[in-house]
Amino acid sequence: MPKFVSIEEAVKLIPDGATVMFGGFMGCGSAHKFIDALSKSGVKDLTMICNDGSMPGGPLGEDYYGVAKLIHNKQVKKLITSHVGLNPEVAQQNMQDGTLEVVLVPQGSLAEMIRAGGAGLGGVLTPTGVGTVVEESPLCLGKQTIHDKDYLLMAPLHADFAVISGYKIDKAGNVWYKGTTMNHSIVMATAADTVIAEAEQVVEVGAIAPEDVRTPGVFVDYVVEGGLY
Amino acid sequence: MEKSQIKGFIAARVAKELKDGDVVNLGIGVPTLVPNYLPEGVHVTLQAEIGIVGSASAGDNPDPIHIVDAGGAPSGVRPGGCFIDSATSFTLIRGGHVDATVLGGLEVDQEGSLSNWLIPGKKMPGMGGAMDLLVGAKTVIVAMEHTAKGAPKILKKCRLPYTAVKCVDKIITEMGVMEVTDKGLVLTEYNPEFTVEQIQAATEAELIISPDLKPMA
Repeated sequence: MPKFVSIEEAVKLIPDGATVMFGGFMGCGSAHKFIDALSKSGVKDLTMICNDGSMPGGPLGEDYYGVAKLIHNKQVKKLITSHVGLNPEVAQQNMQDGTLEVVLVPQGSLAEMIRAGGAGLGGVLTPTGVGTVVEESPLCLGKQTIHDKDYLLMAPLHADFAVISGYKIDKAGNVWYKGTTMNHSIVMATAADTVIAEAEQVVEVGAIAPEDVRTPGVFVDYVVEGGLY
Repeated sequence: MEKSQIKGFIAARVAKELKDGDVVNLGIGVPTLVPNYLPEGVHVTLQAEIGIVGSASAGDNPDPIHIVDAGGAPSGVRPGGCFIDSATSFTLIRGGHVDATVLGGLEVDQEGSLSNWLIPGKKMPGMGGAMDLLVGAKTVIVAMEHTAKGAPKILKKCRLPYTAVKCVDKIITEMGVMEVTDKGLVLTEYNPEFTVEQIQAATEAELIISPDLKPMA
């Protein structure tokens, strides 16, 4: 059973230099309240694995949305991601300041590499990226030909922490996601030593039907209640 | 052609490539205009990387926190559609379950290779889902303006880093329609506002003129 803790307690779990997967896609599905607290915690040198670098200017007028808060506060030293085009601070810190290492990975490969990390698999063979600079990525382990088709062998990804968000999480840690918020959280919840899930609402066991659970509570270590965002 | 008309003109021609029942993924820019021009009776299922099958406009009650498109803008889902996770979304994309994708390009070449994600030292937006889409979609259509500030974008060989190699089936611009073949780029349709000579002059790759060349319609 997961532990139910305050956001402040959960933030303290994450040390400097940790590798952290963050659910969310352009901020949709990010653990907003947890990330806000983390951005004020002073934790630094994070390796962040996230779909994208999110963006300044959130839908509710936030100055920085989702993981963009952590990038803005220069708490990230390495970013493994598929897209950073909507957050100009990533290019600034990478190309001008030289303070942020960025490893770009095709989005579908990223999802499968995390899935492999969570599923105990040794890698992913994908045709995506063949003939491109992805072949030179530190996360590309080689090339193989199978049935006359070329594939790249991409490394599995595993993290110290995964930080996800669910619309409803029951007291057994089972997660129900609203709309497009689930994105990478489904695989990330399987691929980290410690999984922290922010609930917009904590509900009683039974309030989410067993067949509607998308992330089983057995993957979740800590639940924080963030309230409706 | 007026500059303001170009994007709509390209999108309208692309819309004729789509068949009723197709599962389609649209990139940003010109491709997002395509649904506005679908012929009567042609209904497609739009798929979005973030995890929507059957995406639709956000409607009267948008939920920008929980339902957005791949660009982060409020989106919606049509009746019969559903939400999926990223791994399932790219199972659709990479696994050959998407009938057609329409993407923009910085450069495309006569071998059907496309570059649209990186300008070394200048811009590093990232590939997002584009590399997976180009490799996985059954049909790849590049929809873009024929030139950039007068310079050709349709080249003998891409100079920018590839998004994917030998993946494009068709290029549709305001000047014409080109099919990628083993022999090179075949001009199959032209916009009568331009001569074939003008189209070739705006194209670095050598165009093979189809014996069935006809006006864009």
